[in-house]
Amino acid sequence: MLLFRLKRTVKLGIKSLWIHRLRSTLTTLGIIFGVSSVIAMLAIGEGASQHAQEQIARLGSLNIIIRTVEPPEEQNVTGQEQSFQEYGLTYKDAERLRSSIPNVEVVVPIRRLAQQAWYRNRKVAVEVIGTVPWHLETSPIRLERGRFLASVDMNYKQDICIIDERVIDELFAFDDPLDQDLKIASDYYRVVGIVSAQSPVSTARGVENEIAEVKRQSGANAGNIYIPLTTVKDRFGEMKIQLSGESGASVEKVELQEIIIKVAAMEQVLPTRETLDTLLNRFHKKDDYQITVPLELLRQARRTQRIFSIVLGSIAAISLLVGGIGIMNIMLATVSERTREIGIRRALGAKKRDIVFQFLSETLILTLAGGLLGIVLGSTIPYLVTYFGNMPTVITGGSLLLSFGISGAVGITFGLYPAYRAANMDPIESLRHE
Amino acid sequence: MEEFHKNLDFDDNDSILVFEKLCKHYHLGQVELKVLRNIDLTINKGDYVAIMGPSGSGKSTLLNMIGCLDRPTSGKYILAGQDVSLLDDDRLSLIRGLHIGFIFQSFNLISQLNIIENIEVPMYYQGISEYESAARAEELAALVGLSDRLKHRPTELSGGQQQRVAIARALVNDPLIILADEPTGNLDSESGAEILAILEHLHEQGKTLIVITHDDNIARHSEKQIHLLDGRIQRQAYSR
Repeated sequence: MLLFRLKRTVKLGIKSLWIHRLRSTLTTLGIIFGVSSVIAMLAIGEGASQHAQEQIARLGSLNIIIRTVEPPEEQNVTGQEQSFQEYGLTYKDAERLRSSIPNVEVVVPIRRLAQQAWYRNRKVAVEVIGTVPWHLETSPIRLERGRFLASVDMNYKQDICIIDERVIDELFAFDDPLDQDLKIASDYYRVVGIVSAQSPVSTARGVENEIAEVKRQSGANAGNIYIPLTTVKDRFGEMKIQLSGESGASVEKVELQEIIIKVAAMEQVLPTRETLDTLLNRFHKKDDYQITVPLELLRQARRTQRIFSIVLGSIAAISLLVGGIGIMNIMLATVSERTREIGIRRALGAKKRDIVFQFLSETLILTLAGGLLGIVLGSTIPYLVTYFGNMPTVITGGSLLLSFGISGAVGITFGLYPAYRAANMDPIESLRHE
Repeated sequence: MEEFHKNLDFDDNDSILVFEKLCKHYHLGQVELKVLRNIDLTINKGDYVAIMGPSGSGKSTLLNMIGCLDRPTSGKYILAGQDVSLLDDDRLSLIRGLHIGFIFQSFNLISQLNIIENIEVPMYYQGISEYESAARAEELAALVGLSDRLKHRPTELSGGQQQRVAIARALVNDPLIILADEPTGNLDSESGAEILAILEHLHEQGKTLIVITHDDNIARHSEKQIHLLDGRIQRQAYSR
């Protein structure tokens, strides 16, 4: 009985909306744009957030990363032409961190060098990473084939290397890279393993800058080559000589570019960061290191995301509100236009609630149709944004449900008053209405 | 509600409609306008009554009273043995839907609906199933001679045809009273005569008809004429 009424009321509603097709379509546009903007905004926000969090998580949420940075230029009055600078993290730092700080599980000292790698007559710019066998524990890269570094390689300073997939793409067109020899600088290294490429880190702004720093030093590199730290120390030394001008040269000595520390549990990350900052501070007179905590960045990113969502959500909500007001406006006009019809229906036995039901269902049909179309449009916008704007977007089922629910709520909220007005018109007056 | 329906079913009493000292006053600012004053009136089952009077005599207000569109200021309105003068809006709507069949001067069909749908409207509000109401509507459309126009819009019909649709619509719920307000007022004389013939026919079938008019020609068809003047019943006359 109720279902039967519902069916006929909906039929009637669609009919009278159909009579004013243009008006109905224009009215619905407000809701369509409102809903689609809610979905699109949420998708863009969610996409940005997931992307950032992924990037940060890739750095490892249990990790603390200490990097060597060039200390602020000191006023050097005497020797402008020739300067010698020694700064940055040292092997001793790594040892101290490992032995004296509790909770530290893994310490990975890393040396990075920008080099060129040769295979036969092909050349490619790479980043040589001198590291230790347990590097993989702190990094998202995976061993694909062969093996990673072993302690035996460290002890005997073996001339071996592990390359990542990007290097393979550049250097080995058809050959199997395993057991081939690569030439880096003046020495040959045998390829013993292949690891997955660490995708270029970007987007998360804080991290981006820091990584970009490394990138600039090494130029545009095609990939990473992992070599035992001891081998790197032997072959490449620790000095970096830069010739400047005619006779001037500056010499820099840096032992380690990076130390990655991994702690046992998430809640130890921040306290450990404080402790190791204190410790390092005691041994470093110059301001030559920088501590990055991915976890902290992650939290920051989430905070930013929340603000982002609120702002985007409010804009979308305002557009929905405007759409709703548009609908109310039209419904009020419809009601006064159909005063006589209301009077006739009342005379023929319609109760007030029948009239309310009739007009409310018309508004709901408008808004829910708008909601559905908005979902369709709102789901396409993110794809376009991803395709043309190269931004990641994620449409969640929740946002679809939410916006559909909102359009229903808008329908009820803004339809109730016109419907109520229609129902409360005096039947005698409305019958007399021209 | 169910119980109420039963109460409104016929008892032995022959008088369908009884007004006892019915008054209706309107307030226009400070002035109190006494539109109906102490109306005492009884209409029996099967009566064909014409309510007449010049404009301003209270005809329309009396029509609204009979049609349960308005409540009296004082006095009683007893419809089929039930005092309806103090019922709430929902109850009055129910009575209008079930027991009053309205026929208006300007037809008052709903322009968005076709003929059959227009006839169905009163049944819709009584929750009669779609199948049943469609069948009944067709039957009544046939009765007023419009079987071939079921899917037409009211605007595609002549005035006389529209009024016939309105009569069919008034009959669908088999009301106690058929209440017509100047039913021929917007029609040419030929269509008017047709309508009057249909009303006559309904009367012969035993329907109770109340027609409001200032046209003596129509009044001549009725059995009883009630003349209103200044909100009072001036005189009642019987023809035939």
